[in-house]
Amino acid sequence: MANIIQIVKDRFGDLVLDSHSQHGDDTVIVNKNSILEIMQWLRDNEATNFNFLMDLTAVDYLGKGKDMRFEVVYHLYSLENNIRLRVKAGVTEEDATINSLAPLWKGADWYEREVYDLYGILFIGHPNMKRILLYEGFEGHPLRKDYPIDKRQPLIGPDN
Amino acid sequence: MPTEQDSRMEFGSEPMVLNMGPSHPATHGTVRFLLKLDGEKIVHLETEIGYLHRGFEKHCENGTWTQAFPYTDRLNYNSAMQNNVAYAMSVEKLLGIEDKIPERTKYIRTIICELARMCDHYTNLAAAGLELGALTAFLYLVEGREKLWDIIEEICGARLTSNYVRIGGLASDLPENFEEKLIATFEENKVFYDEFDQLLTHNRIFIDRMRNVGNITAEDAISFGFTGPCLRAAGVEYDVRKANPYLAYAEMDFDVPVGSTGDNYDIYLIRMEECLQSERIIRQCLKKMKAGPINIDDPKIRQRSKEDISNEMESMIFHFKNQISGIQVPAGEAYVATEGSNGEVGFYLVSDGGGKPWKCRVRPACIPLTAAMGYRCQGLMLADIIPTFDMINLIGGECDR
Repeated sequence: MANIIQIVKDRFGDLVLDSHSQHGDDTVIVNKNSILEIMQWLRDNEATNFNFLMDLTAVDYLGKGKDMRFEVVYHLYSLENNIRLRVKAGVTEEDATINSLAPLWKGADWYEREVYDLYGILFIGHPNMKRILLYEGFEGHPLRKDYPIDKRQPLIGPDN
Repeated sequence: MPTEQDSRMEFGSEPMVLNMGPSHPATHGTVRFLLKLDGEKIVHLETEIGYLHRGFEKHCENGTWTQAFPYTDRLNYNSAMQNNVAYAMSVEKLLGIEDKIPERTKYIRTIICELARMCDHYTNLAAAGLELGALTAFLYLVEGREKLWDIIEEICGARLTSNYVRIGGLASDLPENFEEKLIATFEENKVFYDEFDQLLTHNRIFIDRMRNVGNITAEDAISFGFTGPCLRAAGVEYDVRKANPYLAYAEMDFDVPVGSTGDNYDIYLIRMEECLQSERIIRQCLKKMKAGPINIDDPKIRQRSKEDISNEMESMIFHFKNQISGIQVPAGEAYVATEGSNGEVGFYLVSDGGGKPWKCRVRPACIPLTAAMGYRCQGLMLADIIPTFDMINLIGGECDR
């Protein structure tokens, strides 16, 4: 089939900020404001048909000289076409928010809660935006690069 | 399914809130269910995880690439070898040395992955029997698993925390007479497996607890991100070993069982069949495997043997450099998908060009399965949680990382 990156570029033009196929992994970097629209198209369009949201995570590029401190990373897989695509969207520290994919995939719910828990990125439109691995009352987001590895916090019991 | 309002009118009672777990004798894995019950019927089930969170990613980011191996052991500790292999393959992809991995290593890695799958399925099936009251069946299959763990112990010196795979190779070659021992174990295990099969597979009580419990449609399973036996039980034929063959799977002849209803009994049958298929793959590997090197021939990556380190100046220098500064991995990112016992286990690694991972994310196979617990259990009876939760095979170490 045709190059998947080209298909996405043809459809979305300027919304695709960058792309690469490093190590054979097709990757597009998109504008975060259009993430919901792009993902919906990738899922429902016949040419792409990415029905699996395999993974959702974030990376903190603190001190790496990037304009946007965070990147939210989505891994998509299409069962029919047997292809994979990585979609990334940059998120700044000041405005650490992005639209939730929970309306598109049921599985996005927990993945997004985890990213919120560990990176402090808020997912707008998420039905239940609260911590998942850590407890309510934990201060900070431990996978941020400025969270010290040896920091200790008292374990507070659950509220309910 | 009746709404809350309907059933309240039917029974004239308020729903009861029940806390199940995090440490409940009838579940394996540390997870808490917050239940809203109407009589014995589940109105709402909320799953809470995180009791076993150890900061896997944070630890990996603060050690060298090689030092992450012991942490990967402790993700899914029932099939630690598979995590080792998946992680090593991801780093090798970043290094661009996938083509240079010796043939023998590929076969050995396939063997240990399948051995791990058998151990995982044996444990899961046995525990499922136990938690539904079939203690005898549990003892048979766990005995079989012990024998497999003995084999794994011979390979790497540990039963669970294997730490056997290295970047670009393996820690050591297979032990002497490995093939004979493994075949003998298979023959012994056949007895246990058959006994277990006869005790449970056609057992009326067992079937009643499993059949038509926890059904899920293919569409929902995909939406949740199910992979592995649970997805295949819903009728979706997706197995990474077939879809994107890695290691030596492309040349192996094996079948992937697929169910239709997505219920617990289908998952059970699939796991039973996969044990047999794994054995089939291992037997083919043993036939095709030839003697040869097991480590890549690149001094900057290769793990030195203890003998070389003590006797060769250069080996000692490389060993020192690789241990202190870590293997230097060029900047970039890579995702490798492998078929774990519970589904797709993928490592997404980001390197900034140094000796430590900048990001080390594992896609845990059992997170989507656990997330769907509330959805699958709604409207079932309280006791149905046990088989449903059993068959997703939640491993706390992998789920909570």
